[in-house]
Amino acid sequence: MSALVEFAEVAFGYPPAERPRARGFQLTGVSFAIEAGEVFGVIGPNSAGKTTLLRLLTRVLTPGRGEVRLDGRPLGRLAHAELARQIAVVPQEAPRPFPFSVEQLVLMGRYPHGPGRFFESGEDRALAVAAMEATGVLHLAALPLERLSGGERQRAMLARALAQQPRLLVLDEPTSHLDLRYQAETAALLRRLNVEGGMTVLLVSHDLNLAAEVCDRLLLLGDGRVARVGAPADVLRREVLETVFGCAVVVDVNPASGRPVVQVAWPDRGEPARGGEAHRSHA
Amino acid sequence: MTAGRRLALALGGLGLILLAVAAVSLFVGSAGLSPGAVARALTGRAGAESVEAIVTLHLRLPRVLAAMLAGGALAVAGVAFQGLTRNPLAEPSILGVSSGAAFGVVLAQIFGLGLSALEALGVATFAFAGALLAAVAVYSIARVPGGLSIQTLLLGGVIVGIFFTSAITVLISIVDFNRLGGVVHWLLGNLAPIPAGALALFAMLALLGFWLVLRHARELNLLALGEEAAVQLGVDAERLKRRVFLAAALLTGTVVAFTGPIGFVGLVVPHLLRGLLGQDNRLLVPTALVAGGIFLLAADTLARNVVAPAELSVGVITSFCGAPFFVYLLRTRYRASL
Repeated sequence: MSALVEFAEVAFGYPPAERPRARGFQLTGVSFAIEAGEVFGVIGPNSAGKTTLLRLLTRVLTPGRGEVRLDGRPLGRLAHAELARQIAVVPQEAPRPFPFSVEQLVLMGRYPHGPGRFFESGEDRALAVAAMEATGVLHLAALPLERLSGGERQRAMLARALAQQPRLLVLDEPTSHLDLRYQAETAALLRRLNVEGGMTVLLVSHDLNLAAEVCDRLLLLGDGRVARVGAPADVLRREVLETVFGCAVVVDVNPASGRPVVQVAWPDRGEPARGGEAHRSHA
Repeated sequence: MTAGRRLALALGGLGLILLAVAAVSLFVGSAGLSPGAVARALTGRAGAESVEAIVTLHLRLPRVLAAMLAGGALAVAGVAFQGLTRNPLAEPSILGVSSGAAFGVVLAQIFGLGLSALEALGVATFAFAGALLAAVAVYSIARVPGGLSIQTLLLGGVIVGIFFTSAITVLISIVDFNRLGGVVHWLLGNLAPIPAGALALFAMLALLGFWLVLRHARELNLLALGEEAAVQLGVDAERLKRRVFLAAALLTGTVVAFTGPIGFVGLVVPHLLRGLLGQDNRLLVPTALVAGGIFLLAADTLARNVVAPAELSVGVITSFCGAPFFVYLLRTRYRASL
């Protein structure tokens, strides 16, 4: 295995004018690598720096210190379109102001493959249709985005990312708008893309259990630093999580998959069945 | 139907309408020429010194061409500003960019620049600089972390517009009025015949601006998704914004230099086209060039004939159409985003 993406001592802070209340650096000296072919998860509390990390990876932001590398090359040396042929992002929210149709949105994913073209080619359109079919939005192709439900919109965004034919697929909170059936289907699709298509997947989520089920390795961010990197069972440990999240948790094992399951140890509900010690220690 | 075929169809239809409106505009007017006389002049069978030749070829024809150019350029500038600001209500006059350009033109007139081709280039340069200054001012006023808000953009436009209008008033007050004889009429926006050399320059600058916007039409679609999404899809968003900004200022400055600040064309025309063709800038930019020409040509034909033998300024007509249209959009479609 070789590293597809490397973060080397990356630090980033928003300028004080733009984030008057943010303290100092958002990320301080973050180093890790995403191997080609794996499913990698970035987890952590709100404002731990997950979104900042994603923006650094897609060159929306430039590191203050350190370097982000793709295939060993610093991102700054890649053309924008070249980077977009390698990395595609499924964002949390679809944009609103101009009502594009689903098909128009998905075709936009073809831009980096022919930035000089005025209209998309026949091949571009065929690939867009295939991507919409894969995520189950082909029947919605002609509808404007604003007429879709949250889940449909998210699957349209996923189709756009697939049309980019990336090597690394980045999902930002992928299942937040999906009901159970589509969560399952999306997870199955990701697995298929990963196993059969050899696509590397980066999942950014605060859903620890989803990350534990889907990911080969996890990166736990806490307060702008790497709290822990490793297999889900090594990262999702009670003492690690309690330090980073600052609350009492219970860690179980999913009997079906053998992966960890994390729950908050709710206070004041009588004696909890498990994790009672943790509960008391924070009371 | 693919986007390319829809574009060809729309351009064909609009082209026919443009021809029809241009024909009407050439054949009607306060001179009361018979259709036969106009046809003789157009086909070169009338004497060069005859009334019909002078009226048709030296008064009406340049005016028709100027109206088509100005309307097309303003509509394309509207599409460009709307794409840049991701605000469907943005438009050169609403953003105060026209006022900035007008300030530049008045300044150029004080320096004595007229409408010979070379001097017109100087006037257009001043107008371009003024437009750019105003656009940068509005943009900096409205910019907040994470984008531009609709309200501050509109307010910023109003304020920048008032500032430059006041600055024009100051200039007019301190300079000998006779040197600026035509300025008041010009400030209302009018399409008085332009010398052939200046008209050619007008066409070149307007088409240059149009071509620059057209080249980036596909990228403007991606920018509509937000700057972050555009970057993630492979667009160099900073470079794109810079270029389209310059092109939109060039279009606005050029039109204001040759015809005065004509308002609302960039709002009305793109909106009608959005209703017809959707949000794809690759369809909107070329069709706006033609449809803007139709709109302003029709408005000018009305302006010439409605109170004949006197003349209204074409800017009055477009504002009478545009202002209620703006209110309608504000009260209905964009109510939620305010």
